[in-house]
Amino acid sequence: MKENRLSVTLAGLKFTNPTMLASGILGYSAETMESIAEGGAGAVVTKSIGLKPRKGYANPTVVQTSCGLINAMGLPNPGIDEFAEEICKARSVLKVPLIVSVYGFSAGEYAQVSAKAVNAGADAVELNVSCPHVKETGSEIGQDPEIVAEVVRKVKAWVGKPVFVKLSPNVTSIAAIAQAAAKAGADGLTVINTVKAMAIDAETAMPILANRVGGLSGPAVKPIALRCVYDVYERVEVPIVGCGGITDWRDAVEFLLAGASAVQIGTAVATSGPNVFQSIAEGVDAYLRKKGFRSVKEIVGLSHRS
Amino acid sequence: MKTESPTVKTFIFKDEECAEAKPGQFLMLWIPGVDEIPLGILDARTDGTISVAVKKVGEATEALHQKKVGDVIGVRGPFGNSFALPRGRVLMVTGGTGTVPLLFLAKRVESKVESLVFVQGAKTKNELLFMSELGKFKKEKMRVVTSTEDGSCGITGLCTEPLEQILDKEKSDIIYACGPERMLAKVLELAEKHKTNLEISLERLMRCAIGLCGNCTIGRYRVCRDGPIFTKEQLPGVRNEFGVSKRDFDGKKIPL
Repeated sequence: MKENRLSVTLAGLKFTNPTMLASGILGYSAETMESIAEGGAGAVVTKSIGLKPRKGYANPTVVQTSCGLINAMGLPNPGIDEFAEEICKARSVLKVPLIVSVYGFSAGEYAQVSAKAVNAGADAVELNVSCPHVKETGSEIGQDPEIVAEVVRKVKAWVGKPVFVKLSPNVTSIAAIAQAAAKAGADGLTVINTVKAMAIDAETAMPILANRVGGLSGPAVKPIALRCVYDVYERVEVPIVGCGGITDWRDAVEFLLAGASAVQIGTAVATSGPNVFQSIAEGVDAYLRKKGFRSVKEIVGLSHRS
Repeated sequence: MKTESPTVKTFIFKDEECAEAKPGQFLMLWIPGVDEIPLGILDARTDGTISVAVKKVGEATEALHQKKVGDVIGVRGPFGNSFALPRGRVLMVTGGTGTVPLLFLAKRVESKVESLVFVQGAKTKNELLFMSELGKFKKEKMRVVTSTEDGSCGITGLCTEPLEQILDKEKSDIIYACGPERMLAKVLELAEKHKTNLEISLERLMRCAIGLCGNCTIGRYRVCRDGPIFTKEQLPGVRNEFGVSKRDFDGKKIPL
């Protein structure tokens, strides 16, 4: 049966299929998260939330390229105290796990926001130690394996729900950061966040993004993300959630084969809409059936030679 | 460039993709070094040029108003859905710069409809937009009704007042409305009361304009993708936000 073949348990959470909404996409409101879940997502990750509200950057915050999207939103969010209500609402209407993405400017902030998110109803948190375009948080924290470990330890001490850590590809060794996070107690690793990038306009000789530098997502980063998942899988035992340029079922399968137990989809929601989750899940199911596998678990990491 | 009123200027420029735009769609206009803002498309011509009308309300629009012919701006678009093309007896209601998308629609459908009543409201006479353009339509087809809050032109009051009178007296096949959201909420009430089809154009703060970031949502709709045109049937589902609140750039709901 389709449901059994696609269902996945990782970090103690049950998912009916291995697709999730990536952070940053339509993640401000319970209603839009609900429409994503109706489109077939097995779980939803919210917009990254911090202790205090942030307006984010001026426009242009997005540049469309032929191979993907560059964004520098600047972590705009209403702050955890305001967002707690939305988490509560989402938890009561969503039939799938709700994972709240969290950022902070110190280990203490990550822990505080995570605790508030869990109190409000989050089934898990995903620590954003990888946003490439805001100073003193995100990937600036995620560069250093010791700081990442400190953040993870602190959050794990404060929070009784699964803690995912979303890693940055903009580091020398993502596997080393992954290992540090796993050792510190991470229940799962999301690999990867966006790749540092920019766009320059020839007519005006100016960078286009207001923040000048942003993060690249979409098809262009898939090969980069795949390599990251593959390398991290060799180093850690904890489950990996693959993210980066997934647009169809075949991309998803490649990530599972590389070592991911589940995948996140973000940018592709722009081109394919919320139903992208269902079509990817169905495609993965058809692949499993065709190849004679009885579950997603059977193909996780299959591309690695023993 | 053309000055339409003390606060509104029209800008004309070439853009291949936006020249294919349909009435109701919008574009994102980059003022280099300043901002990128959403603007309704006023016209799209076969020569590849398009027009937008910009009201001076803040830093970005001020910077745009200072530009001279030949200056460079950036464009992304066209975005959003478009008005369904009408037939029969058509009513258009606009407030302020809401005239923009409906003037575009009126030009495109003039020959295809039975009749067109264009109700335009503004605070005062010199804020009424495109009166000369509206005057160019065939008098047998198009009737223009104006209203100003201060009575300096046409009927004194809000545009929903003459709208109500027209609906009481005549049968219309469809109403199109664009303008301040409280006005649109009143138009929805009237359309429901008279059981007339309705399409409105909504505005929200925009960032990505491609349905990803969630800044422009109303309920489960993304104004940049599922809109900006919404029908009478879609609006009751978002009653708690329609005419009430929108999301600020930090994602928090703020009153309209």
